[in-house]
Amino acid sequence: MSNSVAQNVRTFETHPEATVPAESPLAWSYHHSGRPGVSAKSCVVLRERAMLGHMILRGGAIVLDEAVRQVLGVGLPARPNGLTRDESGERSIQWLSPDEWLLIVPGGEEFALEAKLREALGDAHYAIVNVSGGQTLLELEGEKARELLMKSTPYDVHPDAFPVGKGVTTVFAKSNLILRRPDEQRWELVVRRSFADYLYRWLLDAGAEYAIGVEA
Amino acid sequence: MFYIHCPYCEEHREEEEFHAKGQAHIARPADPESCSDQEWGDYLFFRDNPRGIHHELWVHAVGCRKFFNITRNTVSYAILETYKMGEQPHFTAEHPDGKPAEKVAAEAEAVSRQEGVNV
Repeated sequence: MSNSVAQNVRTFETHPEATVPAESPLAWSYHHSGRPGVSAKSCVVLRERAMLGHMILRGGAIVLDEAVRQVLGVGLPARPNGLTRDESGERSIQWLSPDEWLLIVPGGEEFALEAKLREALGDAHYAIVNVSGGQTLLELEGEKARELLMKSTPYDVHPDAFPVGKGVTTVFAKSNLILRRPDEQRWELVVRRSFADYLYRWLLDAGAEYAIGVEA
Repeated sequence: MFYIHCPYCEEHREEEEFHAKGQAHIARPADPESCSDQEWGDYLFFRDNPRGIHHELWVHAVGCRKFFNITRNTVSYAILETYKMGEQPHFTAEHPDGKPAEKVAAEAEAVSRQEGVNV
């Protein structure tokens, strides 16, 4: 597919036009490890938000901020480890490093958004990479969700140290992931595809004592 | 365990998230072709092993994945400071209690004159 904006960059739609069955990175894990149901005893609920559009933006903060603000209506997080969301809460931008941000949008939007961003950025020095196939988003909710995190990561997840609107890349169960707190109730875990099965099984095991339930 | 302040993330993180990368401030010879074997060998293989204040290169491997420097006391293991690439240490073997203010100002000015450094 040609791209009229940047001649030296090839972009392509990762969603094929034909209906091809697509599976989340956890499809096999659900099959193999099962999905414990949510019951009245469940103090933690795990939910996968599969097939979202994940994009890595790299470049100068000022240039990218302007383009993202123009296209999405929200700017880049101003501080390190920041997480901003648009009004609907469906689209989020997270600080990953001084020149790197993670943009998550509803699945299917990412290709059009990438084209718009490329147009807005013009000749600027930047990179946009669609990493949707490489990671998935898990949500943890419930009164014991924080206790489950405390067992798994050395990072301080106390609300004083981890307020809403923060997101960090950190060690989690000897692996690593992106841990973020979009609102008071929920925690979001962005996990790599290759670690998804391991982390899913870790979460089931760590959550067993809280009667963890997995929402379909 | 160290509890290390990452100058890019602007907060303390567990040592688990970092990797040590050896001695800091090792400049690659500007013209490797004209180096003697001794100079090149020194650059490639030989490192200081001081007792006391040491400047080290670390990377925040599970985090922002940026390299930065740490000034550490190899006797007490105390981390005196962490600073970004391109910056100069405040604590050195000559000034274990911190450099005097006028020296810091002169160094900052020298850095700002370097090409491609945005202060």
